[in-house]
Amino acid sequence: MTDAAVLPPRPAARSTRLVRGLFGSPLNVLLTLLVAWAVWSLAAPLLRWAVFDAVVLPANPAACRDVSGACWSFVAAKSGQILFGIYPIEERWRPMLVCAVLLALLGWSLRPAAWRPSLAIVWVVALPGVLMLMFGGFGGLSFVATTMWGGLPVTLILTVTAIGGAFPLAMLLALGRRSWLPAIRTLCVLFIELTRALPLLSILFIASIMLPLLLPEALLPDKFFRALIALLLFAAAYLAEVIRGGLQAMPRGQYEAAEALGLGYWRTQRHVILPQAIAIVIPSLTSTIIVMIKNTSLVMVVGLFDLISSGRAALADPEWSSPALETYAFIAAIYFALCFGFGRFAQALESRSKDSS
Amino acid sequence: MTQSATGPATTEASGPAVELRAVHKWYGGFHALRGVDLTVARGERIVICGPSGSGKSTLIRCINQLERHQAGAVTVNGREATADPKALQAIRRAAGMVFQSFNLFPHLTVLQNCTLAPVQTGLATRAEADALAMSYLERVRIAEQALKHPAQLSGGQQQRVAIARALCMRPSIMLFDEPTSALDPEMVKEVLDTMIALASDGMTMLAVTHEMGFARRVADRVIFMDEGQIVESAPPGEFFEHPRHARTQAFLGQLLH
Repeated sequence: MTDAAVLPPRPAARSTRLVRGLFGSPLNVLLTLLVAWAVWSLAAPLLRWAVFDAVVLPANPAACRDVSGACWSFVAAKSGQILFGIYPIEERWRPMLVCAVLLALLGWSLRPAAWRPSLAIVWVVALPGVLMLMFGGFGGLSFVATTMWGGLPVTLILTVTAIGGAFPLAMLLALGRRSWLPAIRTLCVLFIELTRALPLLSILFIASIMLPLLLPEALLPDKFFRALIALLLFAAAYLAEVIRGGLQAMPRGQYEAAEALGLGYWRTQRHVILPQAIAIVIPSLTSTIIVMIKNTSLVMVVGLFDLISSGRAALADPEWSSPALETYAFIAAIYFALCFGFGRFAQALESRSKDSS
Repeated sequence: MTQSATGPATTEASGPAVELRAVHKWYGGFHALRGVDLTVARGERIVICGPSGSGKSTLIRCINQLERHQAGAVTVNGREATADPKALQAIRRAAGMVFQSFNLFPHLTVLQNCTLAPVQTGLATRAEADALAMSYLERVRIAEQALKHPAQLSGGQQQRVAIARALCMRPSIMLFDEPTSALDPEMVKEVLDTMIALASDGMTMLAVTHEMGFARRVADRVIFMDEGQIVESAPPGEFFEHPRHARTQAFLGQLLH
């Protein structure tokens, strides 16, 4: 027997496989040509519009007259308004700083090396700090009400706070729904089922329109925070069910081993059950969280200016020929960066937890 | 490892290590334990055998209250198992348990598996727990794998880690629930050797097992259970040579083939 007979067959080179896959048979040749034609006929006009025939500078209305391509000048001229809404222009450094701090903190927090208890403290300090900077009204900073907030900082604050707050609440709800105490179980089931049974829009309307009718003025939080709490509760109900799916996949032996070692309920959940249960459901958690990031845009129906609504407000300028497509493409790119970035993070997290078990 | 290292962290009254009085347990309509009485002296090594469904696992799981008995009394180190969480905590701390399916925590390293409970229950600081865990891992001859995850180990190695993990709580009693039943034959010996070494240190042990060689060599007493009751209880010599009860004889007859 020669050596060649005992070695596994070597896979063909990638280029060989590619050529074979694309042109291996008459049908493959036909399909390849068809797809190539379809891609070209879509991509060519898009490229022409977005790049070759487009105008970026100068950033004034005149630049876009007699241009057949995209009017990126509008986005360049209005980026401040789209990103920061009607926040007073001379104070715009504050939302800018807020965005920078939040994005930097997010980036920092995504590294596994940063995951220690002190990280939670950093966030607990950073969030009120960010809100104070947005509000002002101290140390010579002028007061800016939430009605003047808009754009990216609103989207970021809503996303980070609603999802950041929803996650621990969701863990408690998921555990509560499996509790052996009937009162706690019923409460959690009621909350989850009721919240999931209502559309987010109606919950936002309840928070912004119904609550003021029911609560005395003094007890009523600002509209911004009412929407924030509505988003948080809504996200918590969905995340709770995803986490519960992970809890149900945990073998009984894990509970028994922890119990036999004398770990109590909370320590068992915190150190043994939840880390494993959450690792199992990372794919569906990621989807749910990405949906929740995009859901923050619905706050525009109750009159808050998130990215999309401040983009729409910018389009109202009569000087310009309302390049809506360009504006929404710009906003879509920001959402894409946020959601895609989070998706990549979740992927890294998943392969990390796979490596360890 | 010296005697003192395996001994209990707190030496309590000199009564029996474990005492069961007329213990009953039902699973729905199924009567799993029918009035079991058992007294285990300190340092005593007991092997429990019997056909499947005879209640031997239930018995051992009632001792550390993974299963709650519904009638009778379970006393461990002089503490009766009641609904009081403190009593439960004390009993579980006194009795370490090793499972058939290992039940290691797959998301933690071998070392973290061993240190989690001592640190979290306040038994030891992290540094103390690390040192203790390494000494026990050394003891079960697996210290060089301390930084691996359980999935990277063989079944026999995992079970030895599980033994070390239980020992890290410094129990005075060790409970083994079919510790070798899930193992490939060539790995049974390494686990049994670990248990024999533990027994020779004077640890109080209760083991549900079908390893009769182990029973002959280590046990002070072999208990045969059938249909939720203790049918026969005798030193191994007597148990294997002159079983008194017909059901024991039938069971041993099957084992020999």
